[in-house]
Amino acid sequence: MSNINLDQMDSMQFDVLKEIGNIGAGNATTALSTMINGKIDMDVPIVDLLEFKELPEMIGGAENIVVGILITLEGEINGMMMFIMDTTSAFNLVNILMGKSLSQFEDFSEMELSALQEIGNIIAGAYLSSLSTLTNIRIDASIPYMSIDMAGAILSVPAIEFGKMGDKALLIETQFCKDDSDVKGFFILIPTLESYNIILASLGL
Amino acid sequence: MSEIVKVGMADLNVCVSPNAITTLGLGSCVGIVLYDASSKIAGLVHVMLPDSNKIRNNENVAKFADTGIDALIDKMKLLGANRTRLVAKIAGGAQMFAFNANNDMLRVGDRNVEASKQKLNALGIRILAEDTGLNYGRTIVFYPENGELHIKSVGKPLIIL
Repeated sequence: MSNINLDQMDSMQFDVLKEIGNIGAGNATTALSTMINGKIDMDVPIVDLLEFKELPEMIGGAENIVVGILITLEGEINGMMMFIMDTTSAFNLVNILMGKSLSQFEDFSEMELSALQEIGNIIAGAYLSSLSTLTNIRIDASIPYMSIDMAGAILSVPAIEFGKMGDKALLIETQFCKDDSDVKGFFILIPTLESYNIILASLGL
Repeated sequence: MSEIVKVGMADLNVCVSPNAITTLGLGSCVGIVLYDASSKIAGLVHVMLPDSNKIRNNENVAKFADTGIDALIDKMKLLGANRTRLVAKIAGGAQMFAFNANNDMLRVGDRNVEASKQKLNALGIRILAEDTGLNYGRTIVFYPENGELHIKSVGKPLIIL
């Protein structure tokens, strides 16, 4: 079984994780497009291994307000998965889905908030199911938990999990757009160290 | 003109009045400010995990409450701070998502706060004030000039400790 150290990953392992990111993000986009019953364009995801210090900068700085949706993973793989988007993207998504034109969280009712949570759930679920299919590993996901707060604070949750393994975090940036409404989101998949090994081993690495 | 020294995640630094020191968007991490009032030297460490002994990959001392506080004291001493005069103010350690508490992975905010307090107690450093726990992020700024710790959160009034 391979033994992974995220700080010293070889290019083969990195490529595999990258490809999992690509496929997952592709599936998530398809799920989203089905949900809104319209065409959604997706850019090629950018996969990056970042130092903790750089992490909040990717999403507009540590104090930028973002929406984080977190799902914990159990089964053969343990860990968590997070989907993060900036507020503009969150408004665009909710507006596309509910046919509204809201531009601040103060205008969100329970309805919009739970729609947002559900969108996160569907995107993350699609991502996880592609991972599960690809690796033939059973993954049980929890219900989605949502938090709207400063990027640094939200990112501290996955960063701490990565912190147990090394000094870097694996971030998958994906961007979709529908007409003029851009939605930019980030996936962060944080399997435990043992689970990383299980994923790579299941792919023959 | 005074400036504000920025400390990132799993990072530490020091400053002397009139400069201030800050860390942005603390979530489950804990920001520990140490302060020597007579020399007006302050230090801040942004720790992510409670205990360096539980983790194999522990080269980055600023990542852990135990080694981070030690390293911060060393750095402050180099600047001329008096070890025996140091006092502390701490903030952070929130639980950002409303999970079931049975998952140990998710209680890390609490554990970070506990570990920071234990370490400070063991070193005999008094904690003058704290704003920890709950479920929201915090940006903190410490001013060695007057010893004030300013805490900003989204949609909440400024707290001064």
